Amino acid sequence: MPSLTFKGGIHTYDGKDLTKDKKIVDLLPSTNELVYPLSQHIGAPAKPIVNAGDRVLRGQKIAEADGFVSANIYSSVSGTVKGIEKRRTVQQTMAESIVIQNDDAYEEAPPIPVKPISEMTKEEVIGIIREAGIIGMGGAGFPTHVKLSPKDPGKIHYIIANCAECEPYLTSDYRRMIEEPEKLVAGVKIILCLFEHAKGIIAVEDNKPDCIRILKDLCINEPRISVKVLKTKYPQGSERQLIYAVCGRAINSSMLPADAGCIVNNVDTIVAIYHAVIEGRPLMERIVTVTGDAVKYPQNYRVYTGTCYDDLIDASGGFKSPPQKIISGGPMMGFALFDTHVPVTKSSSAITAFLNDPVSDTPESACINCGRCVEACPSRLVPSHLANIAEHYDEDRFTALNGLECVECGCCSYICPAGRHLTQEIKMMRQTVLANRRKNK
Amino acid sequence: MSDNIKVSASPHIRSRMSTSRIMFLVIISLLPATLYGIYQFGYNAALIVAVCIASCVVFEYVYEKLMKLPVTIGDLSAIVTGLLLALNLPPTATWWMACIGCAFSIIIVKMLFGGLGQNFMNPALAGRCFLVICFTARMTNFVYDGISSATPLANIRDGQSVDLMAMFIGRIPGTIGEVSTAALLIGAILLIVTGIIDFRIPCAYIGSFVVFMGLVSPGGWDITYLAAQICGGGLILGAFFMATDYVTSPITKTGRVLFGICCGLLTGVFRVYSSSAEGVSYAIIISNLLVPLIEKITLPKCFGKGGEV
Repeated sequence: MPSLTFKGGIHTYDGKDLTKDKKIVDLLPSTNELVYPLSQHIGAPAKPIVNAGDRVLRGQKIAEADGFVSANIYSSVSGTVKGIEKRRTVQQTMAESIVIQNDDAYEEAPPIPVKPISEMTKEEVIGIIREAGIIGMGGAGFPTHVKLSPKDPGKIHYIIANCAECEPYLTSDYRRMIEEPEKLVAGVKIILCLFEHAKGIIAVEDNKPDCIRILKDLCINEPRISVKVLKTKYPQGSERQLIYAVCGRAINSSMLPADAGCIVNNVDTIVAIYHAVIEGRPLMERIVTVTGDAVKYPQNYRVYTGTCYDDLIDASGGFKSPPQKIISGGPMMGFALFDTHVPVTKSSSAITAFLNDPVSDTPESACINCGRCVEACPSRLVPSHLANIAEHYDEDRFTALNGLECVECGCCSYICPAGRHLTQEIKMMRQTVLANRRKNK
Repeated sequence: MSDNIKVSASPHIRSRMSTSRIMFLVIISLLPATLYGIYQFGYNAALIVAVCIASCVVFEYVYEKLMKLPVTIGDLSAIVTGLLLALNLPPTATWWMACIGCAFSIIIVKMLFGGLGQNFMNPALAGRCFLVICFTARMTNFVYDGISSATPLANIRDGQSVDLMAMFIGRIPGTIGEVSTAALLIGAILLIVTGIIDFRIPCAYIGSFVVFMGLVSPGGWDITYLAAQICGGGLILGAFFMATDYVTSPITKTGRVLFGICCGLLTGVFRVYSSSAEGVSYAIIISNLLVPLIEKITLPKCFGKGGEV
C-alpha cells in the first residue's frame, strides 16, 4: 500500500541520524532552582496555590487551572518555594513563574487516586487527565481534556496518534515509540474507551520502519487500532495535513478536528495520559532531544519540567565551538534563543544548536515569481502574493486570499530561492488581523 | 551568551537552491545550443554571443550605479538575458545591433520597471522584437553555408518539401540558437530533471500548437508537416527556455497550463494567418501581458475549502 500523504510540503535534510540511536537518558536537574511558568499551555494561565517558603513534594500540585481551558501545574522535585516572580521563558519574554529550590530528596507526594479503567466512568477518566495537567506536547500546548470533551462524542470516528515527527532533527517521539511502544498503544486504548464509535489510528512516517513493525506487532490483537504509514515529508505531522492523509477529511481554520470526527494527539501526550490514568502520575517530565552540529554529544533525555536548558546543554558536553543559532524546538518551527537560561516546559521538545545560521547567510533578494512557494504550501496558498500584501498591510486582500488559513509551517521560507522571509511576513500579518478581530468583537 | 548568536523567526534552515544557482543551471542548459550555433555559423556567431552577454551585464551594472541602486549582476540573470537574446539573433547580425538590442532589453524592459522580478515581458524577446522592427531586412536575412536562403518554415509555406533530419540536427538556416532541435532538447531535459522549469508550460504550448495546426493549417494532420512546424521557427527554444521564464509566466499550476495554451494558439495563428512564417516571439510576449489576468483567475483553492484534492 502506498504511504498516505497530502499535496505540497518539502523534503529537508532531516538530521535525525545524530540522535536516532541514542537511548533516552534520565537526567536529574543539576541547577538547584526549578522554574515553572504559569502559562505553559493555550488558555488562561494557571493560578498558583503555594506561597513563598512552603515545602512542596515531587508530584504536588503547585498551580491550579483557571477555568476550563487551562491546565494544572505540578512540581517535579521536592523542596521549598522560593517565590512567584517574573522569569525568562522559552519565548524569551519574562513571565510569571513559580520558582522552587530543589532539596535533592525527590520526596514523592501521593499519586492522583485512580481505579482500574473498567470501573471508571468516562467523566472520571477525563477528570484524571484534567487533574494531571496534560496538554498537547507536540508544541501547541492545547489542554488535552478540552480536546477529549467534544460537543458530540458520538460523532468522533478516529482517534489519531500523531507519530509523524516530521520536524527535522527531532527524535524524542521516535525513541519513545522504540522504547515504550506498549504505553503508546495502552494510551490509545484509554482514549478509545471514551469514544465507542471511534477507531484508533497510529500514524507513523515511512522513515521509521522499525517503529511501524513494533507497533503493528503490538496491535495485532487490537481490532480497533490500526497502524497507518505516512509519506516522509514536512509538515506531515501538522494536524490538518495529518487528518487529511489518514482519513481524507479536510478542515480549515474555522473548524476543529472534532468537526471532521477526529481527535489528534501526539505520542508524548498519549503516554502522559497512560501515566495519569493507570498510575495516577501527573505530567511533570518529558523527553527532550538535544541536537545539532554544534552540540558535542547529541542525546535524548527524560527531564523534569522546570529544569534549566543549560543543564541539558551541559549534560551533552556543551558546544564544540560557539554556535550561531540555538533553537528551542526543531529548525522549521522552533524558537531562536538568545538566552538559554530558561526552563523546560511541558511543550519543549528539543534544543537544536547550529554552528552556522543559513538565514543570516542568505540575503533577501527580489521575488522571481518561480512558484516554488505555491508548490510547497500545504495550505494551498500563494505565499509570495500574501507576503507582498502583508508588506502593504492590506487586511482585506490578505483575508480574501485566505491568509488566515496559513499554518505557519515555514515551507515557503525554506524553499524560496530569493531568500525571502515569507513565513515571517505572513505570520505577523496573520497575528495582526486576528488581534484586530478580537478587538472589534 | 556569546555575541555570535543570531536570532530570527522560524524556519531556521533554507534550501540550497538560490536565484543565482537557478540562473547558472539555465546557462548550462543553453550551452549545447550555443556551442552548436557557434560551430555551425562560425566566428560572427561567437562574437554576437560574447557582445550580448557582456553588454547586458555592463548595462545593468552601469544603470544600477547611476541610479545608486544595489548592484545585482551577481544573480546572473543579465547573463541569461544576454545569452537568450544572442540565440535569437541571426548569425549575420552586427555587434552594434546586438548592443542596441541589449540596451532595450536591460534598460527599457527590465530596469525601468524595477529590475529582476518586475519586468512584465521577457526582456530577451522584447529586445529581439525591437530589433526586428528597427532592422527588418537584416534580422530576417538568414545565411546558410555562405548563401542567403529561406528558412524551412518559409519553404513549407511556399509548398516545398523539407529535410526533417536536417531540421532536427540543425543543418538549416535560422537564428544562432534555434536551429538545432537536438541540442535544445538536451538542455530542456536538464532543466526539467533539475526541477528548474515546470513541464506544464512547454507541454501545453507544444500540445495546443499541434492541435491548432492540425485543425486549422493547410498542412493538416500530416506528421512530417507537424514535425517540421515543431522543429522550426524557434518553437523549441521558445517553449522550453523563453515561455518558462519565471518572472513573465504565471505562478500557479493551472495558470501555467493556460499560459502555455495561449502561447501555442497565438503561435499557430501567427504561422497560419500572418505574413511571416514564424511568430514564436510575438506569441510569447503577448501571452506575457496576459499573465496578471491568468494569475487572477487561476488562484488555487485553499486547503479545507476544496483545494486539498
